Amino acid sequence: MMTRSRVLWLLLLTLLAPLVGGCAATSVKPWDRDLLAQKSMRFVPLPMESAIDQHIYFSKEGSMGGQEAGGGGCGCN
Amino acid sequence: MRFRFAIPLLSMLAVVVLPFALPATAATSTQAPAFRLPDRDGGTVALDSLAAKVVLIDFWASWCEPCRKSFPWLSSLYQRYGSKGLVIVAINLDKSREPAESFLSKYPAPFRVAFDPAGKTAEQFHVRAMPTSFVLDDHRTILLTHPGFDPKKTDAIETLVREACEK
Repeated sequence: MMTRSRVLWLLLLTLLAPLVGGCAATSVKPWDRDLLAQKSMRFVPLPMESAIDQHIYFSKEGSMGGQEAGGGGCGCN
Repeated sequence: MRFRFAIPLLSMLAVVVLPFALPATAATSTQAPAFRLPDRDGGTVALDSLAAKVVLIDFWASWCEPCRKSFPWLSSLYQRYGSKGLVIVAINLDKSREPAESFLSKYPAPFRVAFDPAGKTAEQFHVRAMPTSFVLDDHRTILLTHPGFDPKKTDAIETLVREACEK
């Protein structure tokens, strides 16, 4: 037998579940895909600047791979 | 209760799956929807007023790579069947006119070009890919919907156009 609060929690969870879908309900129209391809829509808008930042980061941290990969920590890069 | 999470999980699944399932069930009528759009010369292109046995409608955009291959083919198709009753209307879906004009200076279009920056006509035709071509007969019934451009499939489209022109 479920307690009343548990039932309410389950009800709340059920009501909130559709929020997980969020933006999935809207799809990008084929003729709007040029907007997605614009530079400003990239995850990394300035790849060169990002590469330089990463180089500084891994040089200072003394580990290989910058933010993405683990390294040996020899500081030899 | 053993399946107490079944309802939230199922509703989550439904919410994720349904948006993809719904467009697939959108009914497409075989009759082409009527449109009236501005053309390059300041006039309008209206499907109702086109005096043609066969109409090929091609939805395109300047940024669309396959359109660079489809335009030369559309031009050659128009040169061969334009006198036999084929009218091609290429509907541009760019947001502004400039990139479209720059594309047309590189890939000339001897056929009619119309502009639909809001994409309303594309919406009515249920366009799902760029480019997409529709072949319509004299009753403006959609004979063929061809998403994308594949040089291997042009022969089949040409055969359909030829047969429709000869009817």
